[in-house]
Amino acid sequence: MLKIEDLVVAYGGIEALKGISLEVEEGKIITLVGANGAGKSTTLRTVMGLVKPVSGRIFFQEKDLLAEKTHHLAQLQITLVPEGRRIFPKLTVMENLRIGAYCRRDEKEIKTDLEWVFSLFPILQERSWQLAGTLSGGEQQMLAVGRALMSRPRLLMMDEPSLGLAPLLVKEIFRIIKEINRQGVTILLIEQNANAALQIADRGYVMETGRIVLEGSGRELLANQEVKAAYLGKRRDQG
Amino acid sequence: MTLDLFLQHLSNGISLGSLYALIAIGYTMVYGVLRLINFAHGDIFMMATYFAFFGIVTFRIPWFITFPLVLVLTAALGMTVEAVAYRPIREAPKISILISAIGASFFLENLTIVLFGGVPKPFPAPTLFTDVVQVGTVAIQKLTFYIPIVTVLSLLALLYLINKTKTGMAMRAVSMDQETARVMGININHTIAFTFGLGSFLAAVGGIMWGMKFPQIQPLMGVIPGLKCFIAAVIGGIGNIGGAVIGGFILGIGEIMLVAFLPNLTGYRDAFAFVLLILILLSKPTGILGEKTAEKV
Ligand SMILES: Nc1ncnc2c1ncn2[C@@H]1O[C@H](COP(=O)(O)OP(=O)(O)O)[C@@H](O)[C@H]1O
Ligand SMILES: [Mg+2]
Repeated sequence: MLKIEDLVVAYGGIEALKGISLEVEEGKIITLVGANGAGKSTTLRTVMGLVKPVSGRIFFQEKDLLAEKTHHLAQLQITLVPEGRRIFPKLTVMENLRIGAYCRRDEKEIKTDLEWVFSLFPILQERSWQLAGTLSGGEQQMLAVGRALMSRPRLLMMDEPSLGLAPLLVKEIFRIIKEINRQGVTILLIEQNANAALQIADRGYVMETGRIVLEGSGRELLANQEVKAAYLGKRRDQG
Repeated sequence: MTLDLFLQHLSNGISLGSLYALIAIGYTMVYGVLRLINFAHGDIFMMATYFAFFGIVTFRIPWFITFPLVLVLTAALGMTVEAVAYRPIREAPKISILISAIGASFFLENLTIVLFGGVPKPFPAPTLFTDVVQVGTVAIQKLTFYIPIVTVLSLLALLYLINKTKTGMAMRAVSMDQETARVMGININHTIAFTFGLGSFLAAVGGIMWGMKFPQIQPLMGVIPGLKCFIAAVIGGIGNIGGAVIGGFILGIGEIMLVAFLPNLTGYRDAFAFVLLILILLSKPTGILGEKTAEKV
């Protein structure tokens, strides 16, 4: 569905991505894990057209994404839950959800999806008239996910949705990600919480300073010694 | 001072304040989406009065056709200024954009002088609006009543547009976070152009009524009102539409009352805005309705 080939991205001469390739298969959950600064966010931002690459190619179902403007991606049903949530603080919860459906004209279907989002996140319905900036961090994260779903994405990219959330909420978010995927949405998930991400992922990629150093099924990576040592907080000798 | 006289001054202040409010909104809306002071705004306001002059005097088009045309042309002018002077350098450092704004202002002023001459022209106000009615012992121009009414109607329409329509929601989203707005599918170039068009449209509404109230137009007539309305927007809290309206009324009414109660200070009329600005910013640096931007992480 999404194919990234030899992507090189630089910020003012410093290469943040040094030629990465990866593939996201339709219907799957793919995760990209790695330490802070590895280039995970840069990868997603480049797919969204927010950063222009030095070289490389990105295809979405044979379509050359690098030729598309960011605001066209919503119509292609590609969306992003950005790092740090980035909800619109002075819009109400309802307006934030509505703006997720900005490109859509099918009012009836929008209503259906609104119900769907409310069923995933009942708290958002209770708070629908509140300004989004007054929500707690966890609620804001749910709103960011709900807003993305309102575009009825085929490809949903999420940049560290569990960051800064209490452990219970983290579990909840991962449960919901699985549920969203079960309903047919392909997911590209970025996480520092490698353990949880690899548990739900069909396939994972491990990034280190701008390169992909390992790839495999979620299960394989979870069992991999190097991954364990580097990202799962377990020592090699403890196995 | 008699009550009659006071009411006359007050109505004058309200209509001047209305005009300031209409122009101040343009500053505040553009600041909202671009964090930029559009210094050409006062000159766009000036151009509106020239458009009206040419429509009615030169082309002899009836006022009720000319005025709507002026609104559309002025909106188009505002959008052109954005496309030419701001859009190409939107990512450039703030100081470059500021200089471009000042350049756009000088350009419009001098273009007007070259094309239309520096000699003031009489504004062709339809007598329908400038007629005088006798209220008690005082004579008041009908215009004095029409101006606040037109202003309130414009404001209601604006508030509806911004708060209840999809376009308005996009404008608010773009003013908060351009990047995320783009991810949502909003074409921010369109939204920004629309914002300039809307601000200029309101400046034209103000310009037409200004021309009728002070029926002499000249190429530099936008400078002082532009400056004062910029101050009105800052006093109210720049970026806040309600603040711009409040700031406009405070300046308009204050200025008229200053002259009415302290005739000795008439010469300082234009300084009033600046003194008020300093006083208000000293006590509330972000303006009356301005708020500190605190972001939740
Ligand atoms: N806007 C930017 N300007 C300059 N350097 C950046 C910018 N964004 C990210 N970087 C750098 O690029 C590298 C990758 O960053 P990022 O993609 O945010 O990593 P991750 O999301 O994996 O933490 C880091 O070294 C970071 O400092
Ligand atoms: Mg990141």
